[in-house]
Amino acid sequence: METKLSYKDNQVIISPDQPFKIIGERINPTRRKKLASSMAAGDFSLVQEDARLQVAAGAHILDVNAGVPGADEPALMRGAMQAVIEVAEVPLCFDSANPDALKAALEHYPGKALINSTTAEEEMMGRILPLAKEYGAAVIGVITDDAGIPATPEDRLATAKKLIDRAADYGVPKEDIIIDALALTVGADHNASRVTLASIALIRRELGVNINLGASNVSFGLPDREYINTAYLALAIANGLTTAITDPTKQEISLTIMACDLLMGQDEYAMRWIRAYRKRNQA
Amino acid sequence: MDLKSIFNSVLEGDAEAVRTGVNQMLESGASAESILHEALIPAMDEVGKRFEEGDFFVPEMLIAARAMQSGLGLLKPHLAEGDVQSSGKVVIGTVKGDLHDIGKNLVAMMLEGAGFEVVDLGTDVDPTKFIEEVRNGAQIIGMSALLTTTMNNMKAVIEAIEDIGMREQVKIMIGGAPVTGEYAKSIGADGFASDASSAVRLAKELMG
Repeated sequence: METKLSYKDNQVIISPDQPFKIIGERINPTRRKKLASSMAAGDFSLVQEDARLQVAAGAHILDVNAGVPGADEPALMRGAMQAVIEVAEVPLCFDSANPDALKAALEHYPGKALINSTTAEEEMMGRILPLAKEYGAAVIGVITDDAGIPATPEDRLATAKKLIDRAADYGVPKEDIIIDALALTVGADHNASRVTLASIALIRRELGVNINLGASNVSFGLPDREYINTAYLALAIANGLTTAITDPTKQEISLTIMACDLLMGQDEYAMRWIRAYRKRNQA
Repeated sequence: MDLKSIFNSVLEGDAEAVRTGVNQMLESGASAESILHEALIPAMDEVGKRFEEGDFFVPEMLIAARAMQSGLGLLKPHLAEGDVQSSGKVVIGTVKGDLHDIGKNLVAMMLEGAGFEVVDLGTDVDPTKFIEEVRNGAQIIGMSALLTTTMNNMKAVIEAIEDIGMREQVKIMIGGAPVTGEYAKSIGADGFASDASSAVRLAKELMG
């Protein structure tokens, strides 16, 4: 199944038959004081710098979060969107639970965007899915519902199915739903990633949809996080993950993903791998 | 077994050794109060300190808290007879729309470890639930949010408390990745803590 996103003429296709797609996570004021205060002051230069750095590092899509405490989120979301498209020609992923903020960006965005995100809660779907329909956007569907986080892969499959069915009721087609398989923290429950990996495989097999993870969450609270993060990405990709919200400016992340593409048969004659190697060693 | 080895077993997260130690000490006539105040609570203080300094990681803190609680469980029947004072009653939860619970759980455990009575409402907590606990005598509300998209629900809880005229009867503390001290001030909370140990310090301050 193909999820197509675009910015103007630049189309990005998320699909199991394509190289893995990276959604750059850095444009987010959480725990980034400087970014938060500059955004709140209407200065988007750091946002632009993060956009440029991430695209140069291999981001195919950029997540934009404008949730600065106490600030006017719709205005910041639109401002951040406009600042980013001045410097980066990749599709954007608008990260908010506030329909007004999403609308402020979507109505001026030249292309097909991704919305991050809805859950399978009725109230949430009722707020987010009509926007996806109106603006023709794709949506990340986080498979939690009114009962919380489904415990087993089978329950997560059922929640994903419910979300996709309800999206269809709202006129959002299955290929425009990317299921988020919940990257729970392995430091709080050592079985967390096993359940997630099994869920990815099951949902991919049964529903055929594209699957996302907010991958860095898995290693929260542990030392040497980068080894955990890269191993997790590789395992998840092997199980059917097709995109992840992560930080490609960390070389271990971008190289691991490129190596996974090669090992999954998505890099003919290893040309991308070799080209990237030469580029690194010229610099 | 002595207090020191119970202290060490809590740090190692060895719940069984803590239980054995507590039982042995109780049998040999030690008071529950002394085990609590000279082994379990100091051990959790040490855990909090090590975590703050980056020497301890989340799973170590979780198993230490579990070991502490399993020792506390054995002490409780004995403590009820004594006159151990609770540090205060705290209701804690992750706000509506948010399912992140690790930080909130750590804070709840550390507060218990410091002698607070803790009512943990879990995650995705409706404002009315917090209010109910304030009516039931909670002196502090602790709220957590991990997302920029959910943190404004903290404000909704504070407003709900104001609406029913109970704001003066309760202290409100908040935390979570996107939360700052300025944000706490702007929504009218009484304080902000960036990790579990500072949350305990803050709760003690707020109780005066």
